[in-house]
Amino acid sequence: MPLNNKIKNQHLLWRAGFGPMAENIAVLENISTKELWQTLLSTSVDAPTKMNVAADPKNDKAFMNEDGTPIQYKEMDAVTKKLIVQQYRTDLKDMNIAWLNNMINSKAQLREKLTFFWHGHFACRSRNALYAQELFNIIKENAIGNFGDMLRAVSKSPAMLQFLNNQQNRKGHPNENFAREVMELFTLGRGNYTENDIKEGARAFTGWSYNKDGEFEFRKRAHDDGAKTFFTQTGNFSGDDIINMLLKNPQTANFICKKMYKFFVNEKVDNGKVELLAKRFYENNYDISKLIEDIFTSDWFFEQKNIGVKIKSPIELIAGIRRFLPMNLDNDDAQLLFQKVLGQILFYPPNVAGWAGGRAWIDSSTLMVRLQIPQALSSKDEINIRPKTDDDTEMGMTEGKRIRLGKKAAFTKAGATANIDWMLVNKIFEKTARPQLLQAIIDTLLQTKGRVIDATLAKYINNESRENFIKSVVVNVMSTPEYQMC
Amino acid sequence: MLIKRRGFIQMGSLATATMMMPKFLKAFEKPNYVPAGNKVVVVLQFSGGNDGLNTVIPITNDIYYKERRTIGIAKDKALGITTDVGLHPSLTAFKGMYDDGSLSILNNVGYPNPDRSHFRSMDIWHSASASNEYVNTGWVGRYLDAQCKGCGKPTQALELDDMLSLALKGVDNNGLAFKDPRKLYSNSKEKFYKDIVASHTSTEETVDYLYKTMSETISSADYIFQQSKLHPSTQAYPNTSLGKDLKTISSLILSDINTKVYYVSLGSFDTHAGQENKQKKLFDELNDAVKAFTTDMKSNGRFDDVLMMTFSEFGRRVSQNASNGTDHGTANNMFFISGGLKQKGLLNEMPNLADLNDGDLKHKVDFRNVYATVINKWLGVDDKIVLGGGFEKMGFI
Repeated sequence: MPLNNKIKNQHLLWRAGFGPMAENIAVLENISTKELWQTLLSTSVDAPTKMNVAADPKNDKAFMNEDGTPIQYKEMDAVTKKLIVQQYRTDLKDMNIAWLNNMINSKAQLREKLTFFWHGHFACRSRNALYAQELFNIIKENAIGNFGDMLRAVSKSPAMLQFLNNQQNRKGHPNENFAREVMELFTLGRGNYTENDIKEGARAFTGWSYNKDGEFEFRKRAHDDGAKTFFTQTGNFSGDDIINMLLKNPQTANFICKKMYKFFVNEKVDNGKVELLAKRFYENNYDISKLIEDIFTSDWFFEQKNIGVKIKSPIELIAGIRRFLPMNLDNDDAQLLFQKVLGQILFYPPNVAGWAGGRAWIDSSTLMVRLQIPQALSSKDEINIRPKTDDDTEMGMTEGKRIRLGKKAAFTKAGATANIDWMLVNKIFEKTARPQLLQAIIDTLLQTKGRVIDATLAKYINNESRENFIKSVVVNVMSTPEYQMC
Repeated sequence: MLIKRRGFIQMGSLATATMMMPKFLKAFEKPNYVPAGNKVVVVLQFSGGNDGLNTVIPITNDIYYKERRTIGIAKDKALGITTDVGLHPSLTAFKGMYDDGSLSILNNVGYPNPDRSHFRSMDIWHSASASNEYVNTGWVGRYLDAQCKGCGKPTQALELDDMLSLALKGVDNNGLAFKDPRKLYSNSKEKFYKDIVASHTSTEETVDYLYKTMSETISSADYIFQQSKLHPSTQAYPNTSLGKDLKTISSLILSDINTKVYYVSLGSFDTHAGQENKQKKLFDELNDAVKAFTTDMKSNGRFDDVLMMTFSEFGRRVSQNASNGTDHGTANNMFFISGGLKQKGLLNEMPNLADLNDGDLKHKVDFRNVYATVINKWLGVDDKIVLGGGFEKMGFI
């Protein structure tokens, strides 16, 4: 399979976005990768609209005193507190679906994809939906902007300060969690700092806190303003000073570029390329838009060895299927269920290190579910999966209420079936003659060099009509290991 | 339409397909039988953070009754095993095993700088990492790696669940999760899957990896299903989730399968409110299922070869809360059940309720000492390869 323009453009769309959209596939043969890149960039440069799904309970009458002033959380009774927790849980679910829908439908594919990358980089769990939403908006706003600005804003967000226990980091009683993760996971990477740097860094971050309105607050009295020795320098450093010193260290550019290379290009890192990217990223003062331009307009990005070699993450898989197959899902629960059983729930990373990615996505259970999803969506076939309970969100309250997808009726009820707009899919291939149809569909769906063998596939194709032919080829090809790759 | 479900496929059809398979796909096809007398571990996870203090109860400790005014278990209700210690009233079979020397109890198990998030603490127990480390593999998964580098035998570690836990994920090898052998078999028996596996020719290594996983799953599903039918357990088990799981495990232990580790969970023990009823209900299920399982193992002469161990991601606070429940805590106890224990009964002292850390128990034993002991002494693999550092082995097996 020689590398034609279409494969290269699809490659760009899978990596810099969430895959080709049904309506746009026809043009991919005729435009250059540079033109497509310009389109991706121009649709994403505008400042994004903020996510506004989670509502502030303070503005809800249920949580106000009779005179209209908000009830302080501390003063709430147990029932009201529980109501708020439930509200946050619903909000987080709605935020998840709203974002997933954006990944599928938004024109700003590049921004959505970069936001998704940084969401895994600045991985954070917050039960407070408002905090989670605020962090999301910080990341989305800065996703193709300046890394330093994003790092500063993230580090001062209540979601992250809370998640990394900086509320407990006080003068004389340091909590090193925040300082450690900022260095280990956000900037330098393991092995590029000493335990002493963490101790001294933690002292500099004392007093970084937030108030009851969820705004950053510097608590001077909790701050240790004594002299600290960080790297080789000594001074009365503040938290901002530490972040500036971390940005001044070229290792930060190196660490970020390596992570981006693994995410956007190839799990197998080409150190020479990363060094080059990092040098320019550092010289460009951490301008992310220049870095991604360096990646997505390079010749090496489009080399065969980088195409079709990455395992799609669960979100990329689900979004990719939905971009190619326009559909109305019976309800949203199934999309959350798929995320859960496949191991990637938006707003719910496993820990501050984010999702491991690569082969870690795959085990016997997840692979078999992945292979069954296209059938599940396109037919009323059954699929047997049940997610594990999660006591962080369910607090042991949901015994017997888990979604059980067993028999067909229950499965349909959980909404994992959909009405797919096959008309639109048929339209993609309307100019393709029947003898070339199989190959055309395969070339549109698969990025891998090797393909599932036609003769094997042929046994499962429905030849009754052109529509059934297309439908059966699409569903079967999507049910192969090759489709898991992008 | 589309991919049709077919009737059961005879073992023979896979043999034909095998002839066309690339070599790496064939390697695992050879069953690796383990002789009877094979030592196995059954890990029983109490999900949600079981309240250890109401499980192994300090029945003469005034602090316990002072801190647990409404939910403390009275001395005359607890099943006394020593003058100072009693078991939860539901755990009658455990009391029986204590009396006949097939139960040991390890108190104060935990790890330094404990984390009180369910997910994170479970992560730490599964990956056997320190609380400031993030490790993407689990201790059982790394045991699989150490046991058999690259020769893919996912049936060596099985989890009774629809999703595979981190504990069973290795670098090169993963365990296999299923709730019911028949369901696993029917999910993977699609002719389409077998056909594409059979016609796959080696291309790019990640794609090959996916095909290898798929092929192993199909083959293991066949293998497990066939094995589970060889010697179906005749013991009566309670009709509960854990009862069914332990019955499946028993049928596999009594077969020729090469499985060394079984993993199963019970929960949720997250008893923030109304603890008494919740914990009792779970312990009733536990007690009846474990009773049937141990009886089964004894009557089949396998009890000496089976080690069951229980754990939970954390214990709970010493003081009860205002809702007749308990909040997240730290150190906890573990049970070891086997006919082959070398040290029986209470292995160490009860928690010191007068010496707390912010209201929580201080751990005295690192859980990785337990893992090292099981990996080294029971499973016969060098624990250092699996756990990294040298964790001292204990004497209970």
